[in-house]
Amino acid sequence: MSVRSAPARLSAGMSATTEQAARPLVDLAARRRRDAQRRRINVAVLRVLVAVVFLSSWEILARLGWIDPFFTSQPTAVADKLWYWITQGTELGPLWEQALVTMEEAVGGFIVGSVLGVVFGVALGRNRLLSDVLGPYIKAANAIPRVVLGALFAVSLGLDIKSKIATAAVLVFFVVFFNAFQGVREVDRNLIANARILGAGDRQLTTEILIPSALSWIVASLHTSFGLALVGAVVGELFGATQGLGELIYNAKNLFDIEGVFAGM
Amino acid sequence: MPSAIELRGVTKRFLTPSGAVFTALRDLDMAVEPGEFCAVVGPTGCGKSTTLALISGLEPPSEGEVDVFGEPVNGIAEGIGYVFQADAVFPWKTVLENVAAGPRYRGASNRDARERARDWISRVGLSGFEDRYPYQLSGGMRKRVALAQSLINNPRILLMDEPFSALDVQTRSLMENELLGLWAASSASVVFVTHDLEEAISLSDRVFVITAGPGTVKSNYKVDLPRPRNVAEIRFEQRFGEIYQEIWNDLRDEVLVSYERQKRTGAA
Repeated sequence: MSVRSAPARLSAGMSATTEQAARPLVDLAARRRRDAQRRRINVAVLRVLVAVVFLSSWEILARLGWIDPFFTSQPTAVADKLWYWITQGTELGPLWEQALVTMEEAVGGFIVGSVLGVVFGVALGRNRLLSDVLGPYIKAANAIPRVVLGALFAVSLGLDIKSKIATAAVLVFFVVFFNAFQGVREVDRNLIANARILGAGDRQLTTEILIPSALSWIVASLHTSFGLALVGAVVGELFGATQGLGELIYNAKNLFDIEGVFAGM
Repeated sequence: MPSAIELRGVTKRFLTPSGAVFTALRDLDMAVEPGEFCAVVGPTGCGKSTTLALISGLEPPSEGEVDVFGEPVNGIAEGIGYVFQADAVFPWKTVLENVAAGPRYRGASNRDARERARDWISRVGLSGFEDRYPYQLSGGMRKRVALAQSLINNPRILLMDEPFSALDVQTRSLMENELLGLWAASSASVVFVTHDLEEAISLSDRVFVITAGPGTVKSNYKVDLPRPRNVAEIRFEQRFGEIYQEIWNDLRDEVLVSYERQKRTGAA
């Protein structure tokens, strides 16, 4: 072996290894993508399967008479009822109108409740005296099973949308309030000190530091509280209404129309 | 001409959550001249950070007086910059917004604040990162943001609480050199708290040694090393070693006292 050929061999060998290294890298990325896609498909199939097993076992058990369809109904009957409501309308009017009414109530209550919750939460989190004075009352109010306030509102605010918005707002308020309050309380003390040194006044401290910092808490609470707003709206309707999904369910229950109850859900 | 900072007979007590009184500083005297770079060293928990909180006006002293340029400190003092040990840049603001925060809080127009912020961002070597958020930056870069954020207000006094303790060694000496450059271009007095004696000597004109808590000034040493300095290399000079030994003799006893105390409370 001559000395001269050594560098040539070396470089040839090197380029070979880089090529070899490049190909497995591409393969690896492609395989990752394929695996990820296969996984997604698997999950989707399994999800559908769970629904199919659940619904078909419900249907079969009802048909075999192992469970009483009078109390538990059966999927086909519920679907029929739902189809009837969609095509022929419900006792109270078209189905989409009922759903719209309930949505309106829920959204209204959600907005009112979360705005009040943020305002009170930030104010009390900011002001020590205010939180010490009002704290126990708010905790006491929180201890009331608040859905029963729906009965109170139905009497005092009437059977229209106001009483439902109020019920939904009360449910939303406390969740948002406690999160905003806690969020403001848990702000990193370093950030507050830094802002004050940099020259922030009280107002700037609230708008630029406390609220942005509490925002992650507030946003997290908004996710859960929209569900509560729906609960509030439906419960408000159960206590007395002329329209809405809750009223639909209430009617169906009174008529022992179990299909109607399930379809409303 | 009055001293930039003067603490006279300062005592600071805190109420612990359990209701006990904790004395962080006891009868502490300290003076820093205008334009002087001072380091404060001492064992953990000796009240070094408390000293900075008193100078900045974040905390009032329980006893004694704190003057800044001859004026007693009452609330947040004007003309103070503070670089915190932990990250204190605002995570929901971009680099530009973070640096522009100070001028904006002090009533500058948005445009003016942004213009000055851009200038400072380039001075700390972060040009091109204006629109990044702090979580997208490395620890060293976040410290640069914090530095620019403080320096943009043209502080006459810059307080630094172990600002580089979380950085790796290379980044650290890089940042130390940059800090010296920025300081030389300004006329600010610096109080630099650290537990690292090497860092203290290589940066400063004067080193204060604080006793194990309750802290008080045990001694102060003039550091007569020539400037400009290269922090990474100055420790190899003979004079550096001499100063180090001298201060360490003093500091060692305090560190031992504090260590013994920690062991005892740990055992109790």
